[in-house]
Amino acid sequence: MRFLGMVLSAALALGGLWSGTALAQSDGPLRIEITEGVIEPLPFALPVFEAETGDAGGLAAQISQVVSADLSGTGLFREIPVNAFISQVSSFAAPVQYADWKAINAQALITGAVSVQGNQLAVKFRLYDVFSGAEMGDGLQFTGTTEGWRRMAHKVADAVYSRITGEGGYFDSRVVFVSETGSKDARQKRLAIMDYDGAGVQYLTDSSAIVLAPRFSPSGDRVLYTSYETGFPRIYVLDVGSVQQRVLESQDGTMSFAPRFAPDGQNIVFSLSQGGNTDIWAMNVGGGGATRLTSAPSIETAPSFSPDGSQIVFESDRSGSQQLYIMPAGGGEAQRISFGPGRYGTPVWSPRGDLIAFTKQNSGRFHIGVMRTDGSEERLLTASFLDEGPTWAPNGRVIMFTRETQGEGGRSSLYSVDISGRNLRPVRTPEGGSDPSWSPLLQ
Amino acid sequence: MTLTAKILLLVAGLALAACTNPGRFGADGTAGGAGGVGGGAIVPGSANDPTSPAYFNQTIGDRVLFAVDQSAVTDEGRVILDGQATWLLTNTDFTAIIEGHADEQGTREYNVALGARRANAVREYLVSKGVAGNRLRTVSYGKERPIEICSNEACYAKNRRAVTVLAGGLTG
Repeated sequence: MRFLGMVLSAALALGGLWSGTALAQSDGPLRIEITEGVIEPLPFALPVFEAETGDAGGLAAQISQVVSADLSGTGLFREIPVNAFISQVSSFAAPVQYADWKAINAQALITGAVSVQGNQLAVKFRLYDVFSGAEMGDGLQFTGTTEGWRRMAHKVADAVYSRITGEGGYFDSRVVFVSETGSKDARQKRLAIMDYDGAGVQYLTDSSAIVLAPRFSPSGDRVLYTSYETGFPRIYVLDVGSVQQRVLESQDGTMSFAPRFAPDGQNIVFSLSQGGNTDIWAMNVGGGGATRLTSAPSIETAPSFSPDGSQIVFESDRSGSQQLYIMPAGGGEAQRISFGPGRYGTPVWSPRGDLIAFTKQNSGRFHIGVMRTDGSEERLLTASFLDEGPTWAPNGRVIMFTRETQGEGGRSSLYSVDISGRNLRPVRTPEGGSDPSWSPLLQ
Repeated sequence: MTLTAKILLLVAGLALAACTNPGRFGADGTAGGAGGVGGGAIVPGSANDPTSPAYFNQTIGDRVLFAVDQSAVTDEGRVILDGQATWLLTNTDFTAIIEGHADEQGTREYNVALGARRANAVREYLVSKGVAGNRLRTVSYGKERPIEICSNEACYAKNRRAVTVLAGGLTG
């Protein structure tokens, strides 16, 4: 079989990390293998989608642009400029002139059509493997309202990405984060939500109180976060649809923070500080029944559930410095998993279950890294004055995090990087940004 | 105006400042210090009036500093806290919130926990000197409220602090 797609890789130095998840199916010759090897982005052509109704031209152009930006933004694909095209695709239904696309070395061709009826929008697309001269999968159509055009573009891009890589997509997703203004000594923070690519920012709280570290529920319908609204850090839950929020009950004289949902969406774990000692507790988000999961005199915080809900990874300085540990979800004996030089914090379990992302401090630098759940095969993906707080894309292939610059003018912003350490990119936000939490794929 | 009335006004003023000034974490209690004079005359409410919050904030010192990643009160800190305890034992109408802070060299949630340790270390010290525990609350701001913004040890040292912020009297 001809293997016409370049074998792309996420350039993993981790020997064989992906071998278990390598794409078993090899029925389609156009393929990006996210395995070891050298990276060369796969060239694709995406002629502006056809407008099938008179007033669909504007949306067709915008949707084409977003699909292309999604794919190019992964670093795995490279768009061939329109002015290089020999063949123009005037009609979605017309036969594809493969020779014309082959001549410009387009390995994938994506065509589409957009129609608008009132406020109803339909987007169709087809994906072609140019060098095999065949369509990859069947054409697909998404329908919705014109208002939701970006989501439909992201769905098209997710489908293309999935067909070529064999991985789940992540473009039709959102990020909740802390939007920041002001200098370091007068910083104002408020919760905001946006599409994964920084589009459509909406603010969920005002900046009258410090807010920290929001986390999506497993279905993306709610957000847990910490606010100083009462003057003391307490945990709030916010309904994304209604933007209604409520404070969770807590004991007077304590501070609670670092809340995260369990995979069941009902139970949460969090940190509670009492008498200067911080431990991890669990409770039902509906209220009641707080139980203590750790009881050491050290700092235990930043808990994160395994995707199956059976274990919790967290950080503790019980050994004398911040390190990562895993314990059963109900508490009990914890196993240390981080042993390299420096300090490790903010562990977050991958949605695939295979890796744990973390923040590492060593020799005055901060890094985002990943390791297997047994602590082996640690890899640092970034390095800067201050990187922290990783969150996983829904497919477990990309990480978003906070980067803060140094000095008087220090400013926080969001970045993403893939788990190979490639494709480090800023995520544009209107103001400064920190503490991102990536949603699951939207339904 | 009686001295008590002046103090009450001053406290009200401080409370107002606390509500409206996001920079209050950096304030050195200057709100009460404007009348500082030489020559030994005690101006009520000023930093040389031993019953004034300004005296507590400036003359005694409202804050203690900590070593990197540590929450043990230093020898220098003990001197300040001894002064704070004496003042609080004399001026029993005041309560305080002890704010723990960390420098930016740490992850956010860890720093909240570290600030909690620092605030608690101060609280325990004051309680050990006889200040009633129910007059002292603690809160941690982690690295969220630096007073110095450079990214080197000179600034970090000042940001690793616990600040005893006087609040309204027990009787309101």
